[in-house]
Amino acid sequence: MVAHPVDAIMLEQRAASFTRRSIKEGAKKQGLRLALSMVDLTTLEGSDSPEKVRSLCRKAIRPWEGDIEQPLPSVAAVCVYPNLVPTAKEILEGTGVKIASVATGFPSGQYPLSVRLRDAAEAVAAGADEIDMVINRGAFLAGRDEEVAEEIREVRSTVHPAHLKIILETGELGNYDTIRRASDLAIEAAASTGPIRDGEIFIKTSTGKIAPAATMPAVLVMLEAIRDHWFATGVRIGMKPAGGIRRAKAALHHLAMVKETLGDDWLTPNLFRFGASSLTNDLLRQIIRLERHRYMAAHDFSEA
Amino acid sequence: MPQRIDVAKTWKLYIGGKFVRSESGQSFPVEHRRHGTTVHLCRASRKDLRDSVEAATSARSGWASASGYLRGQILYRMAEMLECRRTEMGEALGAGSNQTPKQRLEEVDASIDRLVGFAGWSDKIEQILGGQNPVPGPYYNITVPEPTGVVGIVPPDKPALLAAVSMLAAPLCAGNTTILLAPEQHPLPTTLLGEIIATSDVPAGVVNILTGTRDDLLGHMADHRAVNAISAVNLAEETLTDLRKRAAESIKRIHHERVTAPAWKKHEDRCSPWKVEPFLEMKTLWHPSAC
Amino acid sequence: MPDRIPDSTTKVPVNIGTTSAWEYAPAPERTPVEIEERYGLYIDGEFRSPRSRRWFETMNPATGKPLARVASANDKDVDDAVSAARKALPSWSRLGGQERAKYLFRIARRIQERARELSVLETMDGGKPIKESRDIDIPLAARHFFYHAGWADKLQWAFAGAVPKPIGVCGQIIPWNFPLLMAAWKIAPALACGNTCVLKPAETTPLTALRLAEIFEEVDLPPGVVNIVTGAGRTGQHLAAHPGFDKLAFTGSTEVGRKIAEAAAVGDRRLTLELGGKSPHIIFADAALDQAIEGIVHGIWFNQGHVCCAGSRLFVEESIQEEVIRRLEHRMRTLRVGDPLDKNTDVGAINNPEQLAKIASYVETGQSEGATLHEVNNQKLPSGGHWFRPCFLTGVQPSHVIARDEIFGPVLAVMTFRTPEEALKRANNTPYGLAAGVWTDKGARIFEMARRLEAGVIWCNTYNQFDAASPFGGIKESGFGREGGRHGLRAYVQL
Repeated sequence: MVAHPVDAIMLEQRAASFTRRSIKEGAKKQGLRLALSMVDLTTLEGSDSPEKVRSLCRKAIRPWEGDIEQPLPSVAAVCVYPNLVPTAKEILEGTGVKIASVATGFPSGQYPLSVRLRDAAEAVAAGADEIDMVINRGAFLAGRDEEVAEEIREVRSTVHPAHLKIILETGELGNYDTIRRASDLAIEAAASTGPIRDGEIFIKTSTGKIAPAATMPAVLVMLEAIRDHWFATGVRIGMKPAGGIRRAKAALHHLAMVKETLGDDWLTPNLFRFGASSLTNDLLRQIIRLERHRYMAAHDFSEA
Repeated sequence: MPQRIDVAKTWKLYIGGKFVRSESGQSFPVEHRRHGTTVHLCRASRKDLRDSVEAATSARSGWASASGYLRGQILYRMAEMLECRRTEMGEALGAGSNQTPKQRLEEVDASIDRLVGFAGWSDKIEQILGGQNPVPGPYYNITVPEPTGVVGIVPPDKPALLAAVSMLAAPLCAGNTTILLAPEQHPLPTTLLGEIIATSDVPAGVVNILTGTRDDLLGHMADHRAVNAISAVNLAEETLTDLRKRAAESIKRIHHERVTAPAWKKHEDRCSPWKVEPFLEMKTLWHPSAC
Repeated sequence: MPDRIPDSTTKVPVNIGTTSAWEYAPAPERTPVEIEERYGLYIDGEFRSPRSRRWFETMNPATGKPLARVASANDKDVDDAVSAARKALPSWSRLGGQERAKYLFRIARRIQERARELSVLETMDGGKPIKESRDIDIPLAARHFFYHAGWADKLQWAFAGAVPKPIGVCGQIIPWNFPLLMAAWKIAPALACGNTCVLKPAETTPLTALRLAEIFEEVDLPPGVVNIVTGAGRTGQHLAAHPGFDKLAFTGSTEVGRKIAEAAAVGDRRLTLELGGKSPHIIFADAALDQAIEGIVHGIWFNQGHVCCAGSRLFVEESIQEEVIRRLEHRMRTLRVGDPLDKNTDVGAINNPEQLAKIASYVETGQSEGATLHEVNNQKLPSGGHWFRPCFLTGVQPSHVIARDEIFGPVLAVMTFRTPEEALKRANNTPYGLAAGVWTDKGARIFEMARRLEAGVIWCNTYNQFDAASPFGGIKESGFGREGGRHGLRAYVQL
């Protein structure tokens, strides 16, 4: 694997430059809807109930019940623990909204590989379209790259043809050089299992259980790894920042960053997702404000 | 008929570490009052100047990258060698002046002390004139002085040795290479200084000494694109204007001062870092600081 | 039992509102700025009509339309300005440093308070993107006054063992690429050190300097301490040759710098010159490549390449040449060229038609010398105004004109090297020595390269960083003297 050193300061400056993009009027309108369509509406609590998941699924299909001139898009997916996949499937089947499940010993990954593989296999069997796996950070940070790569290959083979999102947990990796190395490792490992189609493999920042989660510089490093893989192979890997993106404005900044780093091709739920929950309502708030020229209150929206 | 015929010294130019005759093939007479003799010094030409600039240019990177510690020891060695030839230098000073023997030796001693003073600067000047700059943002920002390069030196006639030594040692200690035009009216001490420098471990080309007519050389020095700076004192107004005009083409640094003869004795002033600073270029480095 | 989902919702397709690519909508900066019909000379604390009775137009380079008429100062006007500065000198230089400091602090604050207006005006008069005038030029101008204000009563500590005194009346000539910022660079240290000034802004960008004069009035700066005379090259020559100055400071091209140095040669006058450059930017194969690409972009396309220290000669280690070119093209495509007042514009208008012609002719020369033009940016350019798309040329030989001359436009010459020695040799093979950039992940190499690169400013793993505390200026034919930092004060004191 070729080393790609990253200079933190210039990286952070570049990432910050996207926050100075001014997204107005039509671009804002369109961007907010685009962002909404990219949300992986997520609930990953120990207390998650079937009822909560059902409610979330309804929101995923139809994010807001109020009147709006132009119909709102559904979100991209609902993301739940494996146990709740069947519940989600009851509601989402045939809607176009995907079922994503965190598996492979989420969130720590600190389980024997056999257990993690079975976890993933069962989630797929229960109806998950997409598996969000965690890498073995312990092995990665100890320098056992081959072990990590082998695990990714096995998970990929196990879940295929379900799509795979590989969580690096960037908040635990310490610096940008390591995030870049983990990105390259994940992409190369997944790609080595056979030909992959655009959007079949994603890399994802975080479990949402660790802070910091998705920061713009960390996402930028990962986008650059995706771009380099695309330059080298022509294959488009997807990207999913998760955790920490709560505001519509932040989502638009991310879209600008994707547009200017990877290009317009990536501005689709097939290749870019937001792993988020509270972001949805802020997007809705802004979308409705643009139509109605007034701000909505929190209680105007269902829980996300 | 004397018992023994004196073996007179042939006075030469000092270029690239060698004593050479002028390319011009011309010389000019200087009365050596002390000996009651006339000696003949080379009248350096444009081509001698050119050769000196070549030599100084070749010596640049080596002298500039030598450690301050080493340069300091070499300047101190110059002082040691001048001390050894104190009497001889006193006599040379007598060649064109009305100074008493005591005054002459005082000037030699002051020159020795001046060299010792500048010898000490060579490994400290960066600490005085450089520094870290507190810029906002995650950057290290440091400014380090570096030598300007090739410096032409045009000392006054008086004090013939002390002024020349002061004006030479300042750029020299900081790592510049030099071309010294000996004072036109009183060139003997500077010429002798070349012999002292030649035995002081000064690398060839670091100091070059030309004797002759200032008018023959100054204009060419100003024109020469490889001369980076000129240090001069007490030039006539029109000479200075002409020098500046000609120096403009190569954006040459012209450092000119008006200095009275007694002022050269003020060691603290003449050996201050601000006499070295005109021959330094401030280089500023930025580097981000992050993990 | 789950609630029954209405059929209508189950069929909702993913609908993002439109199928076309997501493009940024126009985002024009709308802050209104009043521009008077005409501006006189600012002499002795008042705006006055020029004795020359001549006026010239300053244009908006993005539209080609005139913004205002500005006085053209002749030799008599310059005389007046110098006399006013001379008259103001004794009381200003004797005013305590603490009091001088307070004036400078006030100026800094007023610039901050009027920041948006100044940014918009700077962009209208000069053509630079509002993003840059708003985030760089104007905040840095305020920063310069603030920084130097603090020095005014501390000068005795700035020069080891020496007692600094003001030089006297300073003539200052500035260029059109950073109009207000350059004015601040010149005026702030001069005033802090107890000097008085006559400043000549560039003829294509006089408006923000004249706004600065209004700020001087607002803060009750004593009359004559700063005088602003507008005009073209002739006015500059009057300044350069005027015997009433004790010091002359010039920022501009090396070509004009030579003329200024010649004209200023009379007498024992101090001179500092901040001139042109052809700064090398060296990328080693081990560099943090994506950040290096940003450095290259910032180095050459910042301010349309109208930057004296622009990293206009790129030296890439041969093994990564293709990677760099591909990334550079990819990145160049995203640059938004156009209306400078649009907040998303990355590359604005070329400052003046002469400069535009010069840039275009260099690019033609480059191609006729055998270089390959890379111009992938296909942004639609506005009609009217002066525009040049960012580009770079490969296949450039160090002997080519485009590798030697300062182009002062958004044009990069790309060359390669194989060893550090070769990089240094090529980088230093120029009469200029303003700035240099070097990118490598290896610490020891950074220091050695920085030591051996012949330039006044070395950006290591970064490029085009500026601050009031950081000395800026060149070596060799890029000029002498520093601006900014403790070292910049040296140009405005005698010891």
